[in-house]
Amino acid sequence: MGYTLNFNLIWRHFDKLWGGLLLSLELAVISIAIGIVIGLVLAVWYVSAGRVMRTIIAAYVEFIRNVPLILLVYLVFYGVPTVIDLAYSAPTSFVVTLSVYSGAYLVEVFRSGLEAVPRGQLDAGKAIGLTPWQRLIHVRLPTMLRITLPALSNTFISLFKDTSIASVISVPELTYGAQWINFNTFRIVEVYLVTTAMYLVTGYALLFALRLVERRFRAAR
Amino acid sequence: MLSQTLYALPFLAEGFALTLWVSLLVVVLSLIAGVLLGVGLVYGPAPLRWAVRIFSDTIRGIPILVLMFFVYYGLPAVGLHLQSFWAAVLALTLFKTAQVVEYVRGAVASIPKGQSEAAMAIGLTFRQRLTSVIFPQAFRRFLPPWINGVTDAVKGSALVSLLGITDLMQAINQVIGRTYEAMPLYILGALIYFAVNYALSYASRRLERRFAFIRD
Repeated sequence: MGYTLNFNLIWRHFDKLWGGLLLSLELAVISIAIGIVIGLVLAVWYVSAGRVMRTIIAAYVEFIRNVPLILLVYLVFYGVPTVIDLAYSAPTSFVVTLSVYSGAYLVEVFRSGLEAVPRGQLDAGKAIGLTPWQRLIHVRLPTMLRITLPALSNTFISLFKDTSIASVISVPELTYGAQWINFNTFRIVEVYLVTTAMYLVTGYALLFALRLVERRFRAAR
Repeated sequence: MLSQTLYALPFLAEGFALTLWVSLLVVVLSLIAGVLLGVGLVYGPAPLRWAVRIFSDTIRGIPILVLMFFVYYGLPAVGLHLQSFWAAVLALTLFKTAQVVEYVRGAVASIPKGQSEAAMAIGLTFRQRLTSVIFPQAFRRFLPPWINGVTDAVKGSALVSLLGITDLMQAINQVIGRTYEAMPLYILGALIYFAVNYALSYASRRLERRFAFIRD
């Protein structure tokens, strides 16, 4: 006991936390963008695919969802370059990992979204003479996206929190910045209080903003 | 080449046992704490409800890793010395407890109001209403997400490796440090985690089907 809070050293090194937060957001945004592409392509493929392709996609989803993210991060950063002659930076490696990771979760989200599109809408599309491709682009995907928007925002916020794992391969995001200040100034309680506040404020601000977007699209129906 | 890894198997098995031990502790402790706090959140007096709400929303709003470092480095700073193993278990338990609180709240909220009114109408006391009407039904709603969340505990336990605790993840990294066989070992590790979690999620799907019906 007898710990006296002193935030001076935290403010002196605040750029480590602020820059870290921006990088965390950047990692999350890029990863979910790629993850959405992976998820959409595989989900659309899944619902129209034969048994073999379905098994392959399901295997990808189940494998990723049942393995700790930290292990996947190590595997891509330390493991893959030992078998493939490729050099990439830690942030690139992490984005690849998080994209493949989020892709697996989003396949499930989009697949159940596609199945929730009312049958009548597709029949109506067929009745007015849309081709299967047009039905997909103009009927199924827009309706599916509206249905899956809440799940999509939740995934994004949890990905934002998952970016903290990037610190284990020394990507200078928010958690890494916090550890740096922890080890270099020993203002331990202060730095984690500030870091916690930064994650909370950003996370809830994102949640609030995304809920507004959801409400807008729900009203547009 | 793989022979070195074969020699390491007993070491990996020890790590795996620790992973299971940490997961089990976290799952059991968070179940107890989460159910108590969850019931407090639904039926408790206003100050308790607020306290639990703030606890749950704060814990769920930050990465587990930050919570773990906070507990691990922060507690000694304020004079509380825990072994790294127990600091890790405490942090993971806090995180899981917040989730269990939400499962409990969701499960109780899903029981139609008529149930409680009917129980009141036939003259059951508050305690009787809970133990014979609400909880038995809420339990069915609670079980599937909770079992699903057990896989999160197993996956989350891999983070204790960062505190120098030799769980499966850390054992794998240490063996790689000696043998440089990164890829086979990470894949082996992934398969072990996969096997455990897939079995757990299979069990949860079975249970979900078994408890799917609810009398409205």
